Amino acid sequence: MSTSDCHHEACMATPCVGEAGHTGSWRSARPVLTAREACLAVKSHKVTCQLCWVYCPDACISKSIGPRIDLTFCKGCGICAEVCPAGAIAMQPEHETGVCRL
Amino acid sequence: MSGAPSNAGVTVMTGNEAAATAAALARVQVVAAYPITPQSPVVEQLSARVESGDLPAEFVTVESEHSALTVCITASTVGARVFTATSSNGLAYMNEQVWWAAGARLPIVMGVVNRALAAPWNVLNDQQDSMAERDAGWIQLYCRDNQEILDTFLHAFRIAEIVNVPVMVCYDGFLLSHTAMPVDVPEQAAVDAFLPPRPTPLQVVDAADPRNIGQVTLADPRADAAGVLCHGYMELRALHQRAVIEALDVIPRVDAEYAAVTGRSWGGLLWEDRLEDAEIALVAAGSLATQLTVAVDALRAEGVRAGVLGVRAYRPFPGAALRAALAGRRVALVFDKALSYGYAGPICTDLRAALCGEAAAPAVFGAVCGLGGRDVSPDELSAAARRALTDHKAGLRERADEWLGLAL
Repeated sequence: MSTSDCHHEACMATPCVGEAGHTGSWRSARPVLTAREACLAVKSHKVTCQLCWVYCPDACISKSIGPRIDLTFCKGCGICAEVCPAGAIAMQPEHETGVCRL
Repeated sequence: MSGAPSNAGVTVMTGNEAAATAAALARVQVVAAYPITPQSPVVEQLSARVESGDLPAEFVTVESEHSALTVCITASTVGARVFTATSSNGLAYMNEQVWWAAGARLPIVMGVVNRALAAPWNVLNDQQDSMAERDAGWIQLYCRDNQEILDTFLHAFRIAEIVNVPVMVCYDGFLLSHTAMPVDVPEQAAVDAFLPPRPTPLQVVDAADPRNIGQVTLADPRADAAGVLCHGYMELRALHQRAVIEALDVIPRVDAEYAAVTGRSWGGLLWEDRLEDAEIALVAAGSLATQLTVAVDALRAEGVRAGVLGVRAYRPFPGAALRAALAGRRVALVFDKALSYGYAGPICTDLRAALCGEAAAPAVFGAVCGLGGRDVSPDELSAAARRALTDHKAGLRERADEWLGLAL
């Protein structure tokens, strides 16, 4: 493994998906759409509300009817669950998902 | 002196005026600084020059030294030639950004007008402030008089922009900053010939071709958007170290280039006075080393073969050059105006490490002096040299550091 093809003498990168690596591996809790029917977009069948998409600091929530969350990059900060006015998203500890066994 | 001097004329000026004059001659584009004694007159002068229209630069007033260096970092990132200056607690307050400027490889030039750190409060000279930043990844150059201050700032921009490493130009508070002496000011055309406009920065700043700069860079290399494996944190740090080490070649080269334009050379990494046949080398940085030349006058008059070894570049540390300069000396007595508490003076410690394992290395003795502006006289310096020689003749090769003039 060599970085001989990298010509960045100082720290710099072209913005792209996953630039900071698979940050989903940092997560200790994941957002889960536990009350999908409560989501305002799902209720109205329109791309409305979208506060979870607006506030996600890692841009890993899609603008859609019912949020789609990319768990490859979601760090599990919980902001989406916090800002959801309908309480549709809950944070679930990773050890309960069976993905992370402590 | 050699070459064809090209000077605007000799002016009597303080060290701070020499620093400001050099920054203006370097055609700095952004200046951001916060006032602190004894640095304040440097940026007062630059502020006046910007205000009068004499210097076409942005002068950014800020609320702290931390912000001053932050402004310099951003301006330097987009390609401007930038300058700041500070002292003592101001430098300490900058500390976080001092590391950022170096790690981001920005060719910022900063004057450090050396002053003691609090507590207790003190505005007078020692070199603790800059010495405490020695590991931050900046180049550090120390000046012995006001002419060297002016010339070294001009060197500093050139050096910084070749290796993409920021440079601290350090000079003693009050002893040089507020002391007037004649300074040969080079013609603008001569400076322009020596110091071309800043080359293209390492970072790309282009709205049509955006970049993340200083982004999270974790331990391991990682592929970028194009699939190229990019440096991890350690690779970037290794490149930084390589650039600072490269400055060991660049500093003397730039000194020679400057000498070709102005006729003045300052010795590059080190300078010597009557060292060639000396049995004892007196070692220091800054104006203290100038005083050592006076002490050597007295010692030589008594028949003591003493000489001075002045440290101009402290980072990168010129280990090989010091080994060569000290070959054949019996004793090296290092005077430090700073201390790593719990150990010893920084120049002394580094010199011992540089000589470790050398077959004919001199004994290295240390002396701490001048802290908080305590006066150091040539008589004290020559007396310390005599004691060192006496101890060496008595068979001592190591001894505890002396504190000169201590009343305890």
